[in-house]
Amino acid sequence: METFIKKRIKAIKKGDQNAYAEIVELYKDKVYRLCYRMLGNRHEAEDAAQEAFVRAYINIHTYNTNMKFSSWLYRIATNLSIDKIRKKKPSVYLDEEVSGTEGLTVYSQLPSTEASPEETLESLELQETVQKAIEKLPEKYRSVIVLKYIEDLSLQEISEILDIPIGTVKTRIHRGREALRKHLGHL
Amino acid sequence: MECPNHIIKLMHDYLDDDITPDDERELREHLQQCSACAHHFNSLKRTIAFIQHASHITPSSNFTANVMARLPKEKKMVRLGRWLKNHPFVTAASLFLALMVGSLFTTWNGEQQFSVSTRENVIIQDRTVIVPKGKVVEGDIVVRNGSIKIEGKVNGDVTVIHGEKYLASAGQVTGEIEEINQVFDWIWYNIKESVKDVMKAFE
Repeated sequence: METFIKKRIKAIKKGDQNAYAEIVELYKDKVYRLCYRMLGNRHEAEDAAQEAFVRAYINIHTYNTNMKFSSWLYRIATNLSIDKIRKKKPSVYLDEEVSGTEGLTVYSQLPSTEASPEETLESLELQETVQKAIEKLPEKYRSVIVLKYIEDLSLQEISEILDIPIGTVKTRIHRGREALRKHLGHL
Repeated sequence: MECPNHIIKLMHDYLDDDITPDDERELREHLQQCSACAHHFNSLKRTIAFIQHASHITPSSNFTANVMARLPKEKKMVRLGRWLKNHPFVTAASLFLALMVGSLFTTWNGEQQFSVSTRENVIIQDRTVIVPKGKVVEGDIVVRNGSIKIEGKVNGDVTVIHGEKYLASAGQVTGEIEEINQVFDWIWYNIKESVKDVMKAFE
């Protein structure tokens, strides 16, 4: 796998775009998923993921082969998503009051019947709730949570991707989990 | 709920798969006694399960094509190199053609001398071959760097290279008449001739 990628990168550095198409094909799902969970919108995610691949191609000469290629790609996609989040206006928070309904929050409107997470998630509405909860996280917690639980990466890899110490990764994951728990733990 | 704060920390260490056996034992013991912490721990685990089981969405089917379209143009040499590599037969053929055309070009420019393939029953007058009235030439005639005037009859093909042909009203040619004045005609003529030769070889 790694040698396959190394070969492709060599060809890409020589300017071979067909070799790059293979790389895109290989990572598009993961990069798209990352962007989608960060941005919460299919259209924006598609655009951001494409842009991430274009940037990676343009900057391929700065890619350091000591790093996993996927980590480098995730770093570009994460940073790009964070940039886009910052440009967007902040949206409603989960515990914000729904207008016209005193004391009633979006939170309390969510159904709270006990079912297994898998069963509960079959409902599209709840898929949205989960996504919304992720989106409520500040970017720095959101990125670690997405990398950890959506992309299933190790703490070591996350530390490499975000270029922060492993201790910081842990702290952010802990805080992110606690914040999510407030929104999702009762479902 | 007077639980030591570090219990929460232990929960997260456990969830990170980064807990010592001693700490894990401490956590388990505490969770058995303290329902508040047990609840907290369970809701954390449920939360993780929710995030992990979020449906896996995929990008549009033309994602890769769209990325490729957004890339800056690649260097021409690379594209050419790859193309040649992928089409070895075409590469060989075009190389062959280039050499062939080159050599033909030299022969085309090199031969300025007047010549005619037959001298039987013809009159040669200052670079013009005349087939006089009433005379019959048996076989093909090829005239190079000269013209031909046919007043009689030719039982075969007439080819004029670098020249003109005049066919008198009484003149007759049983085969094909061809005039070649351009390099491309010349090449075409050569190709046809070689094909004819090949066909003859098969006959």
